[in-house]
Amino acid sequence: MPHIALHPDLYGITSLLDFRPEIAAPLCRLTQLLLRGESTMTEAEREMIAAHVSSLNACTFCSSAHTAATCLLPGGKESGIEPMQTDLQALHISDKMKGLLSIATKVQKNGNQVTQHDIDVARASGATDLEIHDTVLIASLFCLYNRYVDGLATLTPSDPEFYTTLGKRITTRGYLMPEDGYDATNYKPNII
Amino acid sequence: MQFRPDVGIALNQLAQVLLAEEASLSKRDRELIASFVSSRNACTFCVTSHGAIAAHLPGGNQELVEAIWKDYKTAPIDDKLKALLQIAEKVAKGGLHVTQADITAAKEKGGSDLDIHDTVLIAATFCMFNRYVDGLGATTPYDPGFYEIVGRQRAAEGYLTKSVLVKD
Repeated sequence: MPHIALHPDLYGITSLLDFRPEIAAPLCRLTQLLLRGESTMTEAEREMIAAHVSSLNACTFCSSAHTAATCLLPGGKESGIEPMQTDLQALHISDKMKGLLSIATKVQKNGNQVTQHDIDVARASGATDLEIHDTVLIASLFCLYNRYVDGLATLTPSDPEFYTTLGKRITTRGYLMPEDGYDATNYKPNII
Repeated sequence: MQFRPDVGIALNQLAQVLLAEEASLSKRDRELIASFVSSRNACTFCVTSHGAIAAHLPGGNQELVEAIWKDYKTAPIDDKLKALLQIAEKVAKGGLHVTQADITAAKEKGGSDLDIHDTVLIAATFCMFNRYVDGLGATTPYDPGFYEIVGRQRAAEGYLTKSVLVKD
């Protein structure tokens, strides 16, 4: 059960964005810019950073949702990513993405864990300053979301279908809040 | 934030609604939570700047800020804020570290759902800001005068005005 009184028919982050919409607005704009804004990284690559950090933080809701989103985007399914996966070497991705995900791995521990060597490796495989910047900020943003979702013990569905539906929503509509708020659906997933 | 201006605007708007707009917790208490979490993440820039902002807000001073960095359990603050800082400390470790007992203790000391929500989100947000600042090796000034200016400006103006320290 959540630690505070949230809408009973909303789950994970959605129940929190609904609780405090005035704070949700800039948070959603930030997420939209980073994961859907113009970038030299594909949307699947950016979703993969979100899924990877969420796995390291053991946040089932975010890890499952962003893995589902990654797999629905071009190139995502072929990468071999799956929910709660922490092994980068098992992924079929470019050396540049491995370099960037290694930086994200350090950021998940703490910002001061990132070394000049980590940055040099990513640059040597073709990463630009902007890609490194966005990787660090996406990883940091999911250190926020994961703590927010689990720190308040929001409801976490266990059904894979729930995350496929959510993945479709965030890969088609993006992250900006609907003007009339989030709809509770009649679908009642099982809860972990 | 100067590096990616569109993102910088969104980050400042987030800081503004979270820390400087009206909420159930006072601005001082919210800045104290921000500075405290940053101290647990060893982010000197955020620890010092949000400590200075808290010190410039009503009811704040530098001795209080330093007492909280050192040991919030013995600092001269009310029991509700102590219970909320305990939740913030757990959030800094990871969201799953927060227990029902932590929440019950905060509610028994008068913490509302909104107080608890904002505490968790401020703590989580500084786990982002701290990583962003240190993960990219941003320059951390050592001059206490720098933080004095930042503290005075942000306590008075919030987060949407241009930094007085940035030259055109």
